[in-house]
This record gives sequence, C-alpha cells and structure tokens, in this order.
Amino acid sequence: MLGHVKNVFSFINAPVDFEEVKLSHSTTDAEFDNAIAAVKRNHVALKGNVDTMFDEPGFKMRNLALRTELDLFANVVWVKSFAGVQTRHRDLDIVVIRENTEGEYRQLEHEVYLQTVGGLVESLKIITEKNSTRIARYAFDFAKRNGRKKITAVHKANIMKLSDGLFLECCHKVSEEYPDIEFEGMIVDNCSMQLVSRPHQFDVMVLPNLYGNIITSIGAGLIGGAGLVSGVNLGEKYAVFETGTRTTGHELVGKNVANPTALLLASSDMLRYLGLVPHADVIKNAVRRVIDDEKLSTPDLGGNASTTDFMEKLMSNLDVRQTFSTA
Amino acid sequence: MQESADTRIHYCFCQMSSDTQVQGRQTVTALPGDGVGPELFASIKEVFTASRVPVDFEEMILSEMEPEKSASLESVIESCQKNTVCLKGIISSPVNFQYGLLQTLNMKFRRGLDLFANVVSVKSLPGCQARHRDLDFVIIREMTEGEYSALEHESVPGVIECLKIVTREKSTRIARFAFDYAIRHGRKKVTAVHKANIMKLADGLFLECCTDVAALYPTIEFESMIVDNTCMQLVSNPHQFDVMVMGNLYGNIIDNLAAGLVGGAGVVPGENYGSEVAVFEPGARHAYAEQIGKDTANPTAMLLSACNLLSHLHLHEHADRISKAVKKTIADGTASVTCVNTITKVIQLNLASQSPQ
Repeated sequence: MLGHVKNVFSFINAPVDFEEVKLSHSTTDAEFDNAIAAVKRNHVALKGNVDTMFDEPGFKMRNLALRTELDLFANVVWVKSFAGVQTRHRDLDIVVIRENTEGEYRQLEHEVYLQTVGGLVESLKIITEKNSTRIARYAFDFAKRNGRKKITAVHKANIMKLSDGLFLECCHKVSEEYPDIEFEGMIVDNCSMQLVSRPHQFDVMVLPNLYGNIITSIGAGLIGGAGLVSGVNLGEKYAVFETGTRTTGHELVGKNVANPTALLLASSDMLRYLGLVPHADVIKNAVRRVIDDEKLSTPDLGGNASTTDFMEKLMSNLDVRQTFSTA
Repeated sequence: MQESADTRIHYCFCQMSSDTQVQGRQTVTALPGDGVGPELFASIKEVFTASRVPVDFEEMILSEMEPEKSASLESVIESCQKNTVCLKGIISSPVNFQYGLLQTLNMKFRRGLDLFANVVSVKSLPGCQARHRDLDFVIIREMTEGEYSALEHESVPGVIECLKIVTREKSTRIARFAFDYAIRHGRKKVTAVHKANIMKLADGLFLECCTDVAALYPTIEFESMIVDNTCMQLVSNPHQFDVMVMGNLYGNIIDNLAAGLVGGAGVVPGENYGSEVAVFEPGARHAYAEQIGKDTANPTAMLLSACNLLSHLHLHEHADRISKAVKKTIADGTASVTCVNTITKVIQLNLASQSPQ
C-alpha cells in the first residue's frame, strides 16, 4: 500500500522523503526500538496497521506500545460521507476524538484462582484526571480551531461512577473555559443507538479509549467501511498518521482489491500537518473525484474495481498544476 | 418505614391471590419503572384485560431516581422469587454519585435474582421506519460480572482504577446458554463478541470458554469477532448475524446499537433469565423521562416483552393474539402517531377483530 502513496507523492512533487521502517507482529525488540527512534527523530510517521494476534497470550502489542512510548494521547478520526458511496445516511461530518493511552488498554490484568470459581480474571481500567483533562482540552481546542459548535462527551458514568465519572467531570470543567462551544454528555449505549438512527446531531465527540474504538468503528461503518476513514494519533511532540479503524485487511493481501482511500487520506492529512496544504488538497480532491464523480468502487464498496484501477484513475485526477504554481 | 409496612400488606394480599391459581390464573410481579414506565404499564393492563389474559399483576414500585417512593429491594426480590416471573419497565441509574453506592439498583436486582442472561431479539417490524429491512438476530449478554463489578477506587489522587471481572464459571454458563438457545430456536450460528486483542486475559478467558463450549455443539457454526469490528459490521452488513454472545458492557452497547437499526428503543423487547426467575423488560433500556405525561411513548417494546412473558407462561394463544395485534397496528402505520392511548385503543380494536378464543 505504501508503494502507492510514494508514487502519488513523487507524481505531485511533494517535498517529502520516506524513511521506511518495518514494523509487524513478528518484529524483534531491536527493530521495534528502531521504529520508535525513527518516529522520534522524524516527528511524523505514516503507518499501516499491525496485527495484534489475540490468540497468542503474552504477545507484545506493537500498536499499543508505539502509542504509549510516544505518548500519542489523542486519536482523531474524521467521519465524513462521500457523495459517491451508497450509504444509509448522507452528509455526515463527525469528528471522533479518543483518549489513546489509558482506560481499558493499560494491560493490567491478572488471573486469580479460587476453588469455588475455578478461574477468574481481573482487568483494570485506569482513568486519570491528568489524561482526561488533557484529552478534553485537546477536543475543545480542536473544536475552536475548526469552527465546530458542539462537543459530546461519551461515557458510562451511570455504571462506572468513579472512573467514567471522573472523565465526565474533567470534560465538564474544561467546557466551562469554552463558553462558545456547546457541551453535552451522553451514555455510550444511547450514543451508539443515536449514531445509527440520528447521526446528524453529532459534531465533535470526545471519549475514553475503548468507547472511542467502538464509536470510531460505528462511524466508519456508517459512511461505507474501514477503507474510507483516515485517522491520526497526536502527542505533544509526535504525530502518527494511519487508517481510521486500524484494520489490517490481511485477508486481502495479494488480491489487488484493497481500498487505498483511507491510507491516501491519511497521507493527505499528514501533508497538511506538515504545512504542505496545496499538496494535501491535490490528493484529497483527487480521491474525492475518483469516488464521487467517477463512481469507482472497490469490492468493499460493492464494486469490482481493483486497487490498480483505483490508482490509475487517481493518478489521472491529480491536478499537479496547483502544487507547482505554489512551489 | 411507612413504605415497607405498605409493601407487607400488599405482599399478604398477593399471597391470597396466588392461592386463586386453582382457577388457572397466574400472578406476575410487575415493576413499572421510571419515566414513561407507569404509562406503558397502564397500556399493558388495558390490552391484557381486552384479551382476557388470566394473569394478575403484583405491582410494586422500584426506583433509584425516587428512593422515597420505592419499595425495598428485598421485598421486590422476594416477590419475584415467589412468582418466578416479572414484567419490568426501565429503572434509570443516576449518573451522579450520591450515596457512596457504586452498585446501581438494577445491578443489585439482577444479582439478587442471579439473572445472568439477557436476551434481546432484534427483529424488523414491517411498517416501522428503519434503515435496514428483515433483520432477525439475537443478542445474548452476560449480566452479572464484567465491567459492572462496581469495584472502583482512587489509588492515588486523580487516578481511578476500575476493575472488570471475568470468570470461567460465568463465561461458560453464558456460552452454554447461548448455544442451548441456538439449538432450541433452530438458529445456525453463534458469534462471540470480545476485545481479546487488547484485554488478552479477561476477554481471552471469555473467548476460550465460548470456544470450549462450541466444541460440544458441532451442528452450530461458531465464530468470534472483535467488538469494534462487530459494531461496524452491524451498521453496514447486519444480515450476517444470527445469535451473538458477549460480555456485559459490549452487550449493553450492541443491544442499543441494534435497537437503533430496527427503529429505536421503543420497539425491541428483552428477556432476562436466571436459573429460577425470568424477568421481561424492553431490550434497550431507556426510561424516556422527558416524555412523561405527554402520551407520546411507544408501548411496542413493552407489549412485545409482555408477549414473551405470556409465551414463557405457556399462554401461547394470548401471546400470539397480542403480538399479531401489535404488529398489525404497526404495519397499518398507526404507530407513527406515537401516542400510547391511541395505539392502545387500536390494538384493542385489532384484538377484538380477531376471532375470540
């Protein structure tokens, strides 16, 4: 997949060099350290997804390690409808901001053996005031910067009164500093129902880790699937761009049917982040033209176009003049 | 204290009425719940009267939002154990943390009766406005452990630890329930929903138990799916699902998501089973407190729950008549009026038009 992005970058003359680092579920510790160091020295990364291999206990999760090592606390996924993709809801435009470093993903689990129960696992979810406030502030800043009107904090504080209660309280406190932005809390189960029945009520959403994971996937499903949504993981120093839903699509390998949209949009987001706005626009516009105007769809969207077809169409739609005129 | 005395009188009264079972009448504990619950319950009573259902209700109030009106949990549990069947509205759980109690009343109620399995049948209703047609799948949720452990503490200031508990015993029990359910209802496939890629031990144990149980049911297809992917699949391609089994929190989210797919919390019935007691309530738990007194709540979920209750009591003819009347009402388009009284009247008419038993 990354090969396609490189082709596009060289075609539109984007002033970006890639330092390619291998990271997979079979990566050794040394290779992994190198990957971390590479992001630290370059500050920005474009990343495919790495399998987490849930059937192997004791397996080190590279995705998770990367996010915690680099303190990439905010995951931002922009759920925006494509006019050319047949879906049940039109014109969605929702930003999902997810806390990325704590909650259910702290990997604090242990097994207790009791005679009566015969196998009991305790799994700890950690919510801290510091990280909750940090993500809330990021969400409100994001809303302010992008002219958004409303923030919905998603939680389950009616059940997890202390942990999710703390998250909600932090969001609430931060919201008082931003009187222009409307703030509301919503319980996660109701939120999922609202998303499938009346998704237009949402603007920006801020959530703890696991709910973020679930809601992002629902959002992607609403606009046509994992192949269409890009995401970014941001920390104070580093940014890692990737596909929004973090699926590997390993069943598609070698079949030339994968939808490159999500990764292309991620690369466009990355160019924008680097200040290369014209280049970013060229890619984004071309992707939208291929999907919306030319109605080209890969099998995941119900069509039968191959990845190669998609890329050929994309290349012919890249309006390079824009980038040269500003260069 | 006055309350508990009242309940005791009520309780005695019901003892008497349960003696009248010689005439073939059965007593059912009824908890109307918060929000529009009492309005919906009134509609159930009207419909039951219209259909001459041989069921008496032992009505009790259980509420966490208005504790001063609520009967004691013990008396409610006792009543449920005595009648073994309960029809329940939605009891809201307040978000605020007032009395130093982490367990909600719902959690205590479920635990008191050991209601371990929650079954929500998601079925499209012809005539009901929804994004997907002809959906028909079942969500089975473990309801006694997981994230709803109410074990939370502040380890250092500003840091909260929340425990999720998964046990082999409970996971195996719910998995067996799901597969037995699939066999009994002629279903083909069971999907276990988990997040074992992140919670390797906890959700890993749940998945392991499901896999072990699946080996005992070779005629039922078994697959597992990660919860976020499941949600995405549910909104894009929901017809692939048949029976789904999952832990507590995922069940809560997916129940609601699925309810949204077929028309909202007002139309999906739910069933809760323990080894002794069965409790019937709407599948997606929303009290609709903002609709109180407006006569706009949709009684469909409550009525269909009542039909499930009647089937459970082997009153199949009554169950069929009422559910037919409800479905006809919706198919005729009356439900779009969303007005309890109107709907109830129409259902009564529809009931009357069916040949009397």
